[in-house]
Amino acid sequence: MFELLGIPPQALFGQLLLGLINGAFYAILSLGLAIIFGLLNIINFAHGAQYMLGALASWVLLNYFGINYWWALLLAPIVVGILGVILERLLISRLYHLDHLYGLLLTFGLALIIQGLARNEYGISGLPYTIPSQLSGGQNLGFMFLPNYRGWVVVASLVVCLTTWFVIEKTRLGAYLRAATENPTLVGAFGINVPRMITLTYGFGIALAAFAGVLAAPIYSVNPNMGADLIIVVFAVVVIGGMGSILGSIVTGFGLGVIEGLTRVFYPEGSSVVIFVIMAIVLLVKPAGLFGRTA
Amino acid sequence: MTALTETNGATMVVERGNGSMPRYQIAIFLALLALSLAAPFFLYPVFLMKVMCFALFACALNLLLGFGGLLSFGHAAFFGSAAYVSAHAAKVWGLTPEVAIILGTLAAVVLGFVIGLLAIRRQGIYFAMVTLAFAQMVYFAALQAPFTGGEDGIQNVPRGDLFGAISMSSDLSLYFVVLVITFGGLLAIYRIIHSPFGQVLKAIRENEPRAISLGYRVNSYKLAVFILSAGFAGLAGATKAIVFQLASLTDVYWSMSGEVVLMVLLGGMGTVFGPLVGAAVIVTMQNYLASFGAWVTIIQGCIFVVSVMLFREGIVGVIAKLIRRPL
Repeated sequence: MFELLGIPPQALFGQLLLGLINGAFYAILSLGLAIIFGLLNIINFAHGAQYMLGALASWVLLNYFGINYWWALLLAPIVVGILGVILERLLISRLYHLDHLYGLLLTFGLALIIQGLARNEYGISGLPYTIPSQLSGGQNLGFMFLPNYRGWVVVASLVVCLTTWFVIEKTRLGAYLRAATENPTLVGAFGINVPRMITLTYGFGIALAAFAGVLAAPIYSVNPNMGADLIIVVFAVVVIGGMGSILGSIVTGFGLGVIEGLTRVFYPEGSSVVIFVIMAIVLLVKPAGLFGRTA
Repeated sequence: MTALTETNGATMVVERGNGSMPRYQIAIFLALLALSLAAPFFLYPVFLMKVMCFALFACALNLLLGFGGLLSFGHAAFFGSAAYVSAHAAKVWGLTPEVAIILGTLAAVVLGFVIGLLAIRRQGIYFAMVTLAFAQMVYFAALQAPFTGGEDGIQNVPRGDLFGAISMSSDLSLYFVVLVITFGGLLAIYRIIHSPFGQVLKAIRENEPRAISLGYRVNSYKLAVFILSAGFAGLAGATKAIVFQLASLTDVYWSMSGEVVLMVLLGGMGTVFGPLVGAAVIVTMQNYLASFGAWVTIIQGCIFVVSVMLFREGIVGVIAKLIRRPL
């Protein structure tokens, strides 16, 4: 077998794949954050907790109701999304006239509550979730071994991200959404129910997070804290990419995941901080973010 | 920053001049001092020292959040790194506690300069995210650095002898040192808030473009208040490390940053005494509920939600409104 820079290709491509998978989660989560921020003007700190809820929901569906992975992939985002809609109606919608920071503080509180409840109920040891039988096993690609499930995660998240991009940028519904982001009052004057659109957007953003959670469940075991550290990295991803562009969020998410994976190969000690270092550099060079618009 | 303005509006209006401390505020300070002098004879001194360290920490954040209008979600970075440096200085280098605390504070100041320089390049919500992300980076650094002891932290830090002469091994003698540090810090913060510098800060918080058009170098002011706030947070963290003889990952973790934000929010952003009340309430709650595990987190989350939904002025803010005087 050939070697690249002294690194066996198995290790290199293995980490690259892992980076791509992490990147897929960064992309889906930062995409949801960006959509929510665009319309609601709040940063949803509970995003990580809701991602965890998605994973937890799929575990509960399987173990208590015998509902398999494929149905969970559909049902968990719907259930968690409905929870998001309720939260938006009950609490978040009352803060729109205030400073953005209050939205951040509120959703931080919600994240603490959700994570605390999950920890009380399921402990912190992590609940195993088996890979669905259709996707167990893997392919030998010659230069690396590709587990089927990991390939599926990358493909599924790419499809979800690109579909979201298509709906927002190319359809009538997306046009309403973009218009309401620019000027909600004017869009409301044209007879579109903006508050309902805001609620559904929040629900959709949350459902995206839950979908990522279901995808993650078989890879990382289901753990009440799985979203807590992830969301901070996603914040850094959002700062790097800027929240101005949907495609920008997707590209930044996947790109940073890959960079993180490569760092793990060449300089393992730096892998947990590399994204934050990139954030520092971006802040120095282009403070508005790679795809951001200066306010 | 419109909403923060709304919160502080009541306090702003009645404020007269920026010279000496109003008489009733002097009375409050003296009452607090008398209370703190008597308290260790009735309550457990270590618990009281914890309250004081967190009170100073919360006041440091309030200087930035309440008066500078900048929400840092990463203040644990300064608190925790100062704790590590002071613990290391006291244990490995064998320095006296006051020197260890000063070194810890200086470390926080340097870190505050670096993070502040980068963070003030973004505003509002991004500022909060940037500070949080950098704090997480400090956390990972603390997890891996050779001198921090990883998961164990730095344990059994000697309390040492103050100035190399006075033994700090008894809780009571250490208590009075912590009291001096805390009150010194509080008075310094009070002075900063009511100085011309503090007034410019408020102007920037209220209306940044106008402050720029009046010729103020807004970014220098923001950086200065960020460094000051980091320094006081570091002072609190360094003192905490000596008191508990421990610096650990908890001190740099994001939950610590969240806790101190909660203390300021609950007590009252932009009030002088609010963070003290917030810190006392939260530390007391943690103390009594410690055996309930995750319930502490859940209750803290609920306090966040209730404070934001119903109670944005905070405890002291509400009282200040009732008596129509800034507190």
